[in-house]
Amino acid sequence: MTQQPVKFYQTGTFTVGNRLLPGDERAVQANMRRTNSLNSGHRACQGCGEALGARYAIDAAMQATGNRVIAINATGCLEVFSTPYPETSWQIPWMHSLFGNAAAVAAGVAAALRIKGGKGAKVIAQGGDGGTTDIGFGCLSGMFERNDDVLYICYDNEAYMNTGVQRSSATPPAARTATTMSVGRHPGNVFGTGKNVPLIAMAHHIPYVATASVANLRDLEAKVTRAMGVSGARYIHIHVPCPLGWGSQPADTIKIARLAVESGLFPLFEAVDGEVTARYQLRRRVPVEDYLRLQRRFAHLFGATPDTQTIAAIQAMADRNVRTFGLEAA
Amino acid sequence: MKKPFAITLDPGSSLANHTGSWRNNRPVYVDRLPPCNNACPAGENIQGWLYHAESGDYRKAWEELVTNNPLPACMGRVCYHPCETACNRATLDSAVGIHAVERFLGDEALRQGWALPAPAADSGKRVLVVGAGPSGLSAAYQLRRMGHAVTIAEAGPMTGGMMRFGIPKYRLPRDILDGEIKRIADLGVEIKLNSRVDSILEAMTAGRYDAAFLAVGAHIAKRAYIPAGGAARILDAVSVLRGMEDTDQPMLGRRVVVYGGGNTALDVARTAKRLGASEAIIVYRRTREKMPAHDFEVQEALEEGIMIKWLSTIKRMEDAALTVEKMQLDDQGFPQPTGEFETLEADSLVLALGQDVDLSLLDKVPGLEIADGVVKVDRNMMTGHAGIFAGGDMVPSERTVTVAIGHGKKAARNIDAWLRGGKYAAPEKHELATVERLNTWYYTDAPQTVQPALDIARRQSSFDEVVGGLDERNAQFEARRCLSCGNCFECDNCYGVCPDNAVIKLGPGRRFEFNYDYCKGCGMCAAECPCGAIAMVPETI
Amino acid sequence: MLKQIEGSRAIAEAVALCRPEVICAYPITPQTHIVEALGEMVKKEEIEHCEFINVESEFAALSVAIGSSAAGARSYTATASQGILFMAEAVYNAAGLGLPIVMTIGNRAIGAPINIWNDHSDSMSMRDAGWIQLFAETNQEAADLHIQAFRLAEELSCPVMVCVDGFILTHAYDRVDIPTQQQVDAYLPRFEPVQILDVDEPVSIGAMVGPDAFFEVRYLQHHKQLMALDLIPRLADEFRQKFGRDAGGLIRSYRCDDAETIVVALGSLVGTIKDAVDGMREAGHRIGVVSICSFRPFPLAAVRAALVRAKRVVVVEKCFAVGIGGIVSDGVRKALAGSQVPTYTAIAGLGGRPVTQKSLVGLFESAQGDALEQLNFLDLKRDVVEREIARGRKQRRAGPSAEAILRDLRALRSGIPLGAA
Repeated sequence: MTQQPVKFYQTGTFTVGNRLLPGDERAVQANMRRTNSLNSGHRACQGCGEALGARYAIDAAMQATGNRVIAINATGCLEVFSTPYPETSWQIPWMHSLFGNAAAVAAGVAAALRIKGGKGAKVIAQGGDGGTTDIGFGCLSGMFERNDDVLYICYDNEAYMNTGVQRSSATPPAARTATTMSVGRHPGNVFGTGKNVPLIAMAHHIPYVATASVANLRDLEAKVTRAMGVSGARYIHIHVPCPLGWGSQPADTIKIARLAVESGLFPLFEAVDGEVTARYQLRRRVPVEDYLRLQRRFAHLFGATPDTQTIAAIQAMADRNVRTFGLEAA
Repeated sequence: MKKPFAITLDPGSSLANHTGSWRNNRPVYVDRLPPCNNACPAGENIQGWLYHAESGDYRKAWEELVTNNPLPACMGRVCYHPCETACNRATLDSAVGIHAVERFLGDEALRQGWALPAPAADSGKRVLVVGAGPSGLSAAYQLRRMGHAVTIAEAGPMTGGMMRFGIPKYRLPRDILDGEIKRIADLGVEIKLNSRVDSILEAMTAGRYDAAFLAVGAHIAKRAYIPAGGAARILDAVSVLRGMEDTDQPMLGRRVVVYGGGNTALDVARTAKRLGASEAIIVYRRTREKMPAHDFEVQEALEEGIMIKWLSTIKRMEDAALTVEKMQLDDQGFPQPTGEFETLEADSLVLALGQDVDLSLLDKVPGLEIADGVVKVDRNMMTGHAGIFAGGDMVPSERTVTVAIGHGKKAARNIDAWLRGGKYAAPEKHELATVERLNTWYYTDAPQTVQPALDIARRQSSFDEVVGGLDERNAQFEARRCLSCGNCFECDNCYGVCPDNAVIKLGPGRRFEFNYDYCKGCGMCAAECPCGAIAMVPETI
Repeated sequence: MLKQIEGSRAIAEAVALCRPEVICAYPITPQTHIVEALGEMVKKEEIEHCEFINVESEFAALSVAIGSSAAGARSYTATASQGILFMAEAVYNAAGLGLPIVMTIGNRAIGAPINIWNDHSDSMSMRDAGWIQLFAETNQEAADLHIQAFRLAEELSCPVMVCVDGFILTHAYDRVDIPTQQQVDAYLPRFEPVQILDVDEPVSIGAMVGPDAFFEVRYLQHHKQLMALDLIPRLADEFRQKFGRDAGGLIRSYRCDDAETIVVALGSLVGTIKDAVDGMREAGHRIGVVSICSFRPFPLAAVRAALVRAKRVVVVEKCFAVGIGGIVSDGVRKALAGSQVPTYTAIAGLGGRPVTQKSLVGLFESAQGDALEQLNFLDLKRDVVEREIARGRKQRRAGPSAEAILRDLRALRSGIPLGAA
């Protein structure tokens, strides 16, 4: 993908760092002096993918800008667990306004920075999938079409976790949430719903769109770094597993994110000016079942008589991604 | 800035919230025993020296290596590398070519003239080592480093023992062997050649030795009764191979048959080929699967045109003809005669049926126990006679160079402790770093580097070394294939994947520490540690 | 400089003189002319160092202003009616965060039924959101209040709404004295934010506050409004000194010295009432008017002082708290608490219903005879209402009232017998 391929045969590019790599080839997260933009003491659950994704992304943005990042946060887990009075975990200028307006507030900050200079600061808006794909979608689209100088980062954990795991338009089919219970003839979320915001972002022909995963740190950092070097509206959609909402082991957060990528369910790609320019090619393709089995939200698909039809339908989604995005080497 | 009450907060103030209290399990850094180290009969810290080789610090790698083995250039060539059989990397693509890196380091040391580390201050104790084979050399080296005065008494005219007299030079060039032995002598080890010890107790008294290490090897060829008539020429493998070190090379003829299925049989057959034999045939009573020789040697031999008659025994030899009986395996896998015979033409027959130990120097040593032709030793390598230790082929064990070197080291440690009036206590072994402990996702695919091989034509006609060495670039590549099983190699994964910044990076070479004030015990660090160097343990409260 | 211009233009020019740095625009009648004019001025670079942003909704308009204000830019937007409802969440948020945004409300009714004409329902719906609300009586005052509003907002770090009657003021051409840039610069210093998103001094703004501190935060908002009660008159005084005319302040009294009946009103309605009062004065009635400029904070003390000697008070208000009655009257009654002054409420002019001199005089005369109900509806078509109520009583599914009433009125006009429609 975007990052410089590191030919390093002990652990290659897959670890965070390595004592044998020159400093500039290591991940930002390997740096002893990384910013820890989201500091210790936050109240995220054990193994929170969003806390991890946020630190990955913002630290990378801080490095890319010489520590000149202002962040605007939508309401949601990230906001609540990071800034309960009287303590904040943020080490950067940060503001929370509302659930649905992060993109607009950030656009306002960007406008002010254009007028006032703002010491060269760059603004990032961030929110969960609810704040992005649902309630904040209008403001997001407006920010995109105006090409405001904002990087919007969506931390996608595929439901409204902060309010107790309700369905969002990013919830995958068959997933159990508090509002798509695993009961009745069609347990879990229905098929044929939801929206793909990265593709919608691309339809705005904004200069940069990317998807990323907490399971692929170097790729994520490279994308954030690249995004910070571009002016105008940018969008990065990061897949962040939620142990609480997905019913997975806290220790498995990265593993699950990795399986989402390697199964083809969460394709990693980049798009410039509305056109897909790069994609991560699957390293070890796995069946979707490997991904689904680790999560209790899909438990109704397994058990004594597995719901092979539904599993096959999910597999078909993965297969379609593999075809559409060209995720397998020819 | 005038911060509005409660609305606006100071950066990073959440440090006041110690989330460590949420934890049920705590991560701890552990060191586990890498399978290579575990499998090494010489007790090398293989992962340890690979670690330095990875960063290109070959000197340091070599120094780490010679802590346990003073003969890495030899070992890298002749060891059957059980380390590689144990290597976890084999489950990914192929085992790390440890022997090749070891050989590179050994050769590099000889090229650069690196000296072994200087001995410790003089202890005033004297140790007699009997035999200048790998075990004796290893013991002498270790003892000298510990500050003892060491004398090696070697019965033969040259050092090296079976490394010289049992391993052909196309596998172990003699300049390499000589170079590594000289380095030990340079350390101040006295080596007396042609000095046969007939009685160990007398020799110790005469030389005022405080202790002795016996490592005389197994040089007496085992014989089998084969009726022979006429001008039948029957030799044994030990004398053939030993003869290769003399000025007059053994005369074997055009058609040579070797009887046996061990590595020595292969060595002799391949030697015969190089001496000009047009046919070199190995006769072995069982199948290839049952053959004790290592597969790669069989492979190399076959490439060189050596023929092997499986499931055959030699009944008799008349002039230039052998009578061979076909065998078949019974239900238990034992060969049984079939009564079918055939004739093989042969100018000479070489018996490669194993070796025995010459134990005459131990006559009348009180307390010493001998069974099955070898000397019994206790866990500390000491014989039944206090102060007399033994190792190598003369004690019950597998007979390889590597085992011998391991014996020498182990004996040296025990001799040292004994000389100081104590007992050597080996450090406790860590738990084994099995492949299930690893998260192999993080390792890129990188198959083993193939060492260059001499082409067949030259292999059949010369004693040039068959297998080449790695150059610096691919030696480093190979070293870097090490997974560092069970021991932190500072990949920063734990530092990176902690959602709570609860891992403190201490800097190059200093590894990491957990900040238990904030660690919530999610276990992501342990799950994502590539090498299994983090364990989750339940909190006691 | 005196100009004969549309109210919206006058407001735009005043805002321009305040050197705004970020202006967010979203169209809604009747405030559109204001942001159109500002957009043109920014594009022509008559306003320098200013970002004019066309947003996708009122919610975004105020949200963008929240962002720009937090990043230290003087920020302005305008809206009306449904727009302020659509941004309601952000209205509260801007006040909660203490961001000194100035927003013009072109006052208009709220649907359904949808209606574009003037009343005060929109501003009143946000009266408790924590904003300062100033009502303009004339277009001159509308222009002048914006200049005061920025000063007030930034001194208190509190957002200010300037409420201007839709169409009646926004679309009316009047003679307005537009001050010079020097005058405005001398009155309105550069924006020095209390808190700012600054990379060199990072803070987290907008924390989640629980029961342990939320109450205090709310109280402090109230305290800010109490401070405004002192600041607003001072700024009006200073304005008078620098600009030579009255504008703003908490309340203004007109012919109240010996008044037995005092009418209370907000916004442009005051002008109409003054004319009615003048006429009644000529006829010998002892009547006066109190105009409330600052509805939030509500100047309880000033209102009480102005009204407490009257024999009766009539509050004429263009807003209606359905289910109870007057909104302004509530404040007035609170101001007069403990006194024996009867207070009458007259709901008037909802959805743009003309408030005529004739009706007002009739109302006031009834008041003088204390012949009013406590809650009165000026010029409400009682017959229409009663027929609709009757129809609804007869028929379970009577259909929408608005449409029924319109049919009813058309029938009346065309002479078709009732009930035939």
